[in-house]
Amino acid sequence: MEQQNIYQPYLMEIEKITEEAPMVKTFRLKFTNEEEGNKFSFRTGQFGEYSVFGEGEVTFCVASPHTRKGYIECTFRQAGRVTAELASLSEGDTIGFRGPYGNIFPIDDWKGKNLLFIAGGIALPPMRSVIWSCLDLRDQFKDISILYGARTVEDLVYKNELAEWKERPDVHLVTTVDPGGETPDWSGEVGFVPTILDKMIPVSENTIAIVCGPPVMIKFTFPVLEKYGFKDEQVYTTLENRMKCGLGKCGRCNVGKVFVCKDGPVFTRTQLKELPDEY
Amino acid sequence: MEKELKILKYSDLPKMIEKFISQGYPVLAPVHKGKIVEIEYVQSLDSIALDVLLSTQSAKKAAFPKVEKVLEYTMNKAGVVQHPVDPADSKETILFGVRPCDASGFKSLDAIFGEGPSDQFYLSKKEKTTIISFSCPVADEYCFCTSVGGGPGNTAGSDLQFTSVSKDELLVEILTEKGKKASRIFADLLTEANSAIDKTKFIADVKVVFDLDSVVAKTTASFGNAELWLEQSLRCIGCGACAFVCPTCACFDFQDEQDTKKGVRLRLWDSCGFSLFTLHTSGHNPREVQSQRWRQRIMHKFAYMPEQLKVVGCEGCGRCSRACPVDMNIKEHLTAIREQVTV
Ligand SMILES: Cc1cc2nc3c(=O)[nH]c(=O)nc-3n(C[C@H](O)[C@H](O)[C@H](O)COP(=O)(O)OP(=O)(O)OC[C@H]3O[C@@H](n4cnc5c(N)ncnc54)[C@H](O)[C@@H]3O)c2cc1C
Ligand code: SF4
Ligand code: SF4
Ligand code: FES
Repeated sequence: MEQQNIYQPYLMEIEKITEEAPMVKTFRLKFTNEEEGNKFSFRTGQFGEYSVFGEGEVTFCVASPHTRKGYIECTFRQAGRVTAELASLSEGDTIGFRGPYGNIFPIDDWKGKNLLFIAGGIALPPMRSVIWSCLDLRDQFKDISILYGARTVEDLVYKNELAEWKERPDVHLVTTVDPGGETPDWSGEVGFVPTILDKMIPVSENTIAIVCGPPVMIKFTFPVLEKYGFKDEQVYTTLENRMKCGLGKCGRCNVGKVFVCKDGPVFTRTQLKELPDEY
Repeated sequence: MEKELKILKYSDLPKMIEKFISQGYPVLAPVHKGKIVEIEYVQSLDSIALDVLLSTQSAKKAAFPKVEKVLEYTMNKAGVVQHPVDPADSKETILFGVRPCDASGFKSLDAIFGEGPSDQFYLSKKEKTTIISFSCPVADEYCFCTSVGGGPGNTAGSDLQFTSVSKDELLVEILTEKGKKASRIFADLLTEANSAIDKTKFIADVKVVFDLDSVVAKTTASFGNAELWLEQSLRCIGCGACAFVCPTCACFDFQDEQDTKKGVRLRLWDSCGFSLFTLHTSGHNPREVQSQRWRQRIMHKFAYMPEQLKVVGCEGCGRCSRACPVDMNIKEHLTAIREQVTV
């Protein structure tokens, strides 16, 4: 009997490429085999292994919301070998996708709460998935605020979506760029994410904070949340560790006894505090 | 199933191997290869290294080869076509002449590859492998199987176990249904054994050097003990030899190989001892220095696996210590954890 090959990816056609920022692109991917696409489902927060045939695999989160079916999106920064190869592809080309892997943002548990999304740099992709998943179910949540910072105006990703969120009366969007990263016509904030968060005077009562970004940003953001009374279990983040299998077998993504690929990548700050320093 | 005991004459071993081969079973066994002893396919008893205590390489490659194809594809203008690779595409195989620690080493791999979405590349090969182990008449100073729950006559994981009970006779223990099936192939060579035969008289005496529960508890508590890991790993050069010879190490990597139109994705052995193992593209490395990688090797086997998979990831075969170019000795390191760490 033929057995299932857990390492065999789905074939995906690159339907649309969006240039988000220098070296950052979003691919919209459609299942080559429609039937596989119909059967596929994922939950926000999960990730996958994307393959460039002949080059290898890379790990990206699914950047589209689980509320939208028929396609998935990934947003990636050209960083090394496989991402460079990926960036050279065109619409219509075929890549592979294995997934979805990992745990989820438990948005069902967040019903009736305020949501505060705090993202820095290229870390908006995992956030974008959960933001849209929540916006598509807007009446289930109370206030939704988004704080997003990048190094420069040029580095902000999802510029069209930022404009759309800015317009929406049911979303409170704050964008910021690092000092010196602003342009003459920049109308957002100037300052690092933790500083701007402090200025926003976030309300911790009945609020969930989701924080994704570079390690330094996270390090300085947590104390600000603490200052405004956010308890550890109200704060969510995601971890990244180098991965190969995504399935808890290849042995490289662990933080102590926890495998980021199957026990994560989403962790509460409570869980994070229990992890040893290995990420 | 209830264990059955038989007697096989040494002089009939060549016939037994012939029977396996003529009935279409490939036979994997330890073979001398220059200075090392590899596990390879053999055609007759002549090439089998029954004179050595342990093969240099473990027997894991019977189900987890060093290099294995997991994908095959062709690329053309219209896109990519995958040619399914069937994970179950392997033959029923006899793994012969390995030691009890090799046979029981598969339980770690079973746990890792069987947990969650199961890896049929491993599981189906393992399922189709019949393991005929030889108990150990002698051991050496690197062996510590009895300290990690095994022993020179341990039958766990073996389908058949042979014990040398006289100059010309082997005691055959038929331990599993798979073993029973394989024994039918050479049933005409088997005679009844005296059920009162005391196997322990014929196997090595391997002293218990530490208490496993205590080592597990102390290792589990030692993540933050930077001094301990540094002291233990100062010599380690991160060559990964220890992982490659280990019967329980399962870490792997994927690599694609292609020419212009065709490609394959290969799964290859990897090691947590390599500095690139966890290196992020950004340059950040969660296990930046060798002592952290050594800690991972020990903690994975003696803390994480016992907790997550209910199995200790070490058989006490001592291969890692015999293979290490700088003479790291895991038995000494574990004994040191047992003695130095207080919890
Ligand atoms: C759960 C998770 C989600 C991620 N989501 C995104 C995302 O949405 N967008 C994005 O741009 N990046 C994301 N990353 C980071 C991304 O995986 C790396 O930037 C990418 O693997 C670099 O690959 P490369 O081949 O270009 O680099 P190379 O340096 O050439 O890669 C060598 C190998 O290391 C692996 N690797 C290197 N760094 C990392 C890393 N930080 N994490 C995982 N594997 C790594 C690669 O997969 C590759 O196999 C995510 C990582 C994780 C773990
Ligand atoms: S074989 Fe020895 S030197 Fe090589 S990685 Fe293992 S412990 Fe270190
Ligand atoms: S860690 Fe060393 S002693 Fe233990 S099973 Fe592996 S090779 Fe043998
Ligand atoms: S990515 Fe292989 S174990 Fe997590």
